[in-house]
Parts: sequence; C-alpha cells; structure tokens
Amino acid sequence: MTSTGPKTLFEKIWDTHRIDTGTSGAGLVAIDRVFLHERTGAAALKSMAAAGRPVRDPARVFAVMDHIVDTRIGRGDGTLMEGGSAFITETRAAAKAAGITLFDVNDPDQGITHVISPELGIVLPGVTLVAPDSHTCTQGALGALAWGIGSSEAEHAMATGTLRIEKPKTMRVTFTGQLAPGVTAKDMALALIAAHGAGGGAGHAVEFAGEAVEALDIEARMTLCNMATEFSAMAGFIAPDAKTFEYLAGRRYAPANFEDPYWQTLSTDDGATFDTEIVIDAASLAPMVSWGTSPQHSMPIDGAVPQGPQRAHQYIDLAPGAAMLGTPIDVAFVGSCTNARLSDLRRAAALVKGHKVADSIKKAMVVPGSSSVKRAAEAEGLDTIFTEAGFEWRASGCSLCFFAGGERFPEGSRTISSTNRNFEGRQGPGIRTHIASPETVIASAVAGVIADPRELAKESAQ
Amino acid sequence: MTPFTTLTSVAVPILRDNVDTDAIIPSREMKSTGRTGLAEGLFAPWRYSDVAARTPDPTFELNMPEAKGGQVILGGANFGCGSSREHAVWALVEYGIRCVIAESFAPIFRANCIRNGVLPITLPRADVDALAWQEITVDLPAQMVTAGETTHSLTIEDEPRTMLLEGLDVIDLTLKALPAIEAWTDADRTARPWVYLEKTA
Repeated sequence: MTSTGPKTLFEKIWDTHRIDTGTSGAGLVAIDRVFLHERTGAAALKSMAAAGRPVRDPARVFAVMDHIVDTRIGRGDGTLMEGGSAFITETRAAAKAAGITLFDVNDPDQGITHVISPELGIVLPGVTLVAPDSHTCTQGALGALAWGIGSSEAEHAMATGTLRIEKPKTMRVTFTGQLAPGVTAKDMALALIAAHGAGGGAGHAVEFAGEAVEALDIEARMTLCNMATEFSAMAGFIAPDAKTFEYLAGRRYAPANFEDPYWQTLSTDDGATFDTEIVIDAASLAPMVSWGTSPQHSMPIDGAVPQGPQRAHQYIDLAPGAAMLGTPIDVAFVGSCTNARLSDLRRAAALVKGHKVADSIKKAMVVPGSSSVKRAAEAEGLDTIFTEAGFEWRASGCSLCFFAGGERFPEGSRTISSTNRNFEGRQGPGIRTHIASPETVIASAVAGVIADPRELAKESAQ
Repeated sequence: MTPFTTLTSVAVPILRDNVDTDAIIPSREMKSTGRTGLAEGLFAPWRYSDVAARTPDPTFELNMPEAKGGQVILGGANFGCGSSREHAVWALVEYGIRCVIAESFAPIFRANCIRNGVLPITLPRADVDALAWQEITVDLPAQMVTAGETTHSLTIEDEPRTMLLEGLDVIDLTLKALPAIEAWTDADRTARPWVYLEKTA
C-alpha cells in the first residue's frame, strides 16, 4: 500500500521501490545498486554460479578489494593472512565471469566500499543500495536508502534485482543547535548510541536531521550515517540538499545533471510523522570516547568511567569511576569507512603538524579510505606531515579496523582508533580498543595517553 | 535449506548483551571463500582458553557437559550485532545450532538466520533467563516454546515462518514474480532513467 498525505523521506523512497506482486507476505523492494567486497563477494558470486543463476543487471553491480587486501605500500595480491590471497583471486575471477564492474587491488579507484561509492557517484539520492557489509548505511549520507545484508540476500538482490523485506518503522534523530569546536560527527554518533543503546535503533530506518546535521559537510554526514548500524538501525540517512548535489556533480556514475524536479522531492514533508523521535542538543556534546566493549559504552572524554557490565570493565581493564583522560595507550589508528576521507585526514594533519607521536606509542598509522584520498592527501603534503610526526602512511583499505588482513597490533595493546567497533578482540586477540574521532586519536597519539583534542588545538593555535 | 518444524534440546545460555558477530566467528577464523569449515571457529575467543592450541575453556557455556548436543542457544539484547558476515550463522548451523532465543536481535543477523534455517525467537529477558539449561521444545507450526510446565508463544512474521517451515529457496520464490519485476523495471526506466547504467568495463 502506498500511503497518501505527508510522507517521510523513507516512505517516499520505499514507495518508489515497492513492486506489487499481488501476493501477501513481505513485499518486494527494487534494488538499484549492489556493492560487493572480497570478504563476502566471492562467496555470493560463486554460489550463484553454482546454482546457474546469472546477475540480472551486471552494469549496476560493483565490487572492490578492501577487506583483506594488504595496506602496506607496494602491495599485490599477497596478504599476511594465511589463505587471504584466495579471497582476492577468487573475487577477481568471479567478478569477471559475472560481468560486474571490479575495482581491483591497484585500480586507481580502489578503496573502502563506502568511501569509493560516493566518490564515483555510484550511490545517489533516492536510490536503494545494498552490500553484504554492515556499514553500507554510511551511504545514506547522500540521501539514499542504503543498508547491509548477508551473502544470501546479496545473491537474491543480484539474481532478482529485488529483496524481500518487511517495512521497518521510521525514526528521526534531530540534533538541534550547533556543535562546539573540536566536537565532530563521530561524537554525535557515539553520544546517540551511549544515550539510547547499541540496540536503540532496532527495527527502524533512521533519518538524521536538525541544524547540526545540516551544517555537516557531506563527508562528516557519512561518518554519522556510518554508525547507524552500531545503533542496530536498518539504515541511517540524511535528506539531500544543495551540498549533496554539488558533491555529486560530475562524478563518474552520477547523472549529467540534477535538474529533474524529482530531486527536489527527496525530503520529509511537513506534518509527516515518525514512529519514534529522538532529539539531542548538539551544542551540549563533548568529544566522546568509548570505555568498554560496545559502542554504547561511550562517554564524554573528560568524564569518569561509568558503571557497566563487569565483563566489559574486566576486558578493558578500567574500573568504574576511573578518569578516561590520562589512560596510557600503545597504538593510534586513523582509518576505516568511518573516518578516513580527505576531510578527516586534513583535520588530523592540521592538528598533528609540528608535533610528534609520543615515544611510548608502539604503533601509529594512518590508512586513507581510498586510493583517490591517498593521492589527494599526498598532493597536499599530508602524508609528509603524518610521517614526520611518526605515523606510518599506508595504502587504502579496511586494514586494522579489524583483523582480516592478518596484521596484528602488539599483543595486549590498548588502542585509540578512529574506527567504529570496540568489541572484544575486534582489532585482534586481547586488543583493547577505544573508538573516538580522528582529532582525539591524534591528540592521544601526541600525549601517549587518552587526551582531549580541544587542548591540543589550543596549543597549536598559540 | 533444511526445513524447521520442531526440536527438543537443552537451551544453552550465553546470556550477554550485544553478542557481536566478531565474537561468534572472528574474522581470522573465516579462512576460505566457502560456507563451510567454520564450526571450529565458532565463539573461538570465548570457547578456547588458547585459541591457537584449541584448548577448551571449561567456563564457557558451550563447553559445559550439560551443553552437549544442544541445538538452542539463549542470548541477551541485540544478539548478533556488528558485522553482516553470514559466516556467523553458517558457523552456528555447522556446529548444530538451529534456534536462538534472545531478548532482541540485530537485524542483519536475524535475516541471515531465516535464510539458513535457524529460527530466531524474541522473548522478554526474564523468560529467556528462565529457560537456561532447561530441556525445551520449540514447535514452529504451533508457534510455541515449552519448558516443563511453562509455555511461551512464539511470534514470527508469516513469510519467514513459511520459509523456515518449508525450507524454501527464496530466490526461486521471487523469480516466480519475474513478470511483475520486469514490468516494474520497464516503467522505472522511463521514470528514473539515471538509475540504469551502461556497462563500461
């Protein structure tokens, strides 16, 4: 049923994509774009080939090597992970056989799925885009309905051009006011999840709105939407505005222009209602950092560790009441689909310029989100700023956001990381991860302990 | 897919909130592009005191003698959160788990369960807790979970219920609607021509 009256953005996109099959049950929803990566892509394509099912429209299916690919400079198909290169070679062969577009290991457009899809204009406002990757919700920043699925559903999407899916409930998260200096989209996401829980968005498609969201640039919007899956939402998205269309203009797979009146319809109508509404005062937010083993275990950086599950305190080795500032760290990591775009690296470089990573840090690295981000950063000299400060500069990929490529941080390390997950063992066995903004990672790397980026910014300004 | 009708099993409690798919099957345990060879890596960080040596940790619930042969696990809130990896469900199935009862599920994990013949059941936390180590019967046709004298009704949408009961290949089911999909696509090409791309590579 197509609803009448004022509609939310979600309902508009949903209604445009509903296919009436005249039967009951979960509806069919048309899928405009599918993106695969080598961790799960080969499995889906091989399984389809084994079942004799072709990809219905290969021109709208893309794949990239990002998860397992090595991020050391000069890489090839080899990985430190035993058997890792098979994921790469098998995905390459399966992509070729299926006739889909592949951005291979050393393709100039290679990068993390959710970084390159917007860069290339593959995701567009109003489209449905799915990928067997939970952080697909990142791409909702462009006004798309984008969500993560499993491999079986990816096969379904490629074979039929549709998914069978129950309509989710709608939620609007409104950030009123403006962020204070030194507070970022990452902090907005962590504050939301800390306040409403890692399951707080379950069953909902979440629209982010409000002054503070409108003020974010497109890349910061991606950071906010990226974390919607850590809120257990089906998707997170932001209505497209002039910034969105300006960002997409001229990108390879984007339309020649956005003059069709259709593009102006992609917003929530006045008077439309949501199943759930959350309002957060953006002006009251501080830089956030996680203290435990779920993104919901996050806190303002200048606060004391709250009481949480005993297991989390034990794993992370921080007692309730402990100050977060001053906690010694071993590793600093800037990277991932959350925070490794050019604007992230520019802010990080501006903060670290003229400083050095503390001697006590065992490993500090910056991994650009895409090969194109890497080239642009190098053209601006950001790589030199990072390496002079003591960071390693890498080729693009998911890297040590998790443990896929076989690289390890030193045993038992405590890391400060611009990534999205602080789960037990996520970055390797026994690794204790604190997630935060790139600014907080930089400030902490320089101090050797968890540090407030606002203090370093003051120091740099003097 | 193996149809799901009824099963009787001990309910093994892994009663933690936010059990994530990195814990269910860590990235480093996904060693091939296939869907098999995953059972040994199931819950590896919790199941083994020494992961490399595969030394069982006797304090982890699945390793306890009373868990032997268990086909049902119990979880807390937001079970299966994190990575979309379907390997988490493939590992559970290969190990022998056919049903997960939790306070709530992360959406991608839940959808992956249904695609692989694993029944995800949501019950209030107190009811989940009370099932710990009980011999329970899960009856999908009757939509009931029974433990001794206690019964709970089991809520699931019609389509997943049918898919599980009949072990349906859902792609075949959808392909039956191909004429409707094609008609929709033809109309959409006119309405939103910019969605459709020419193959370039």
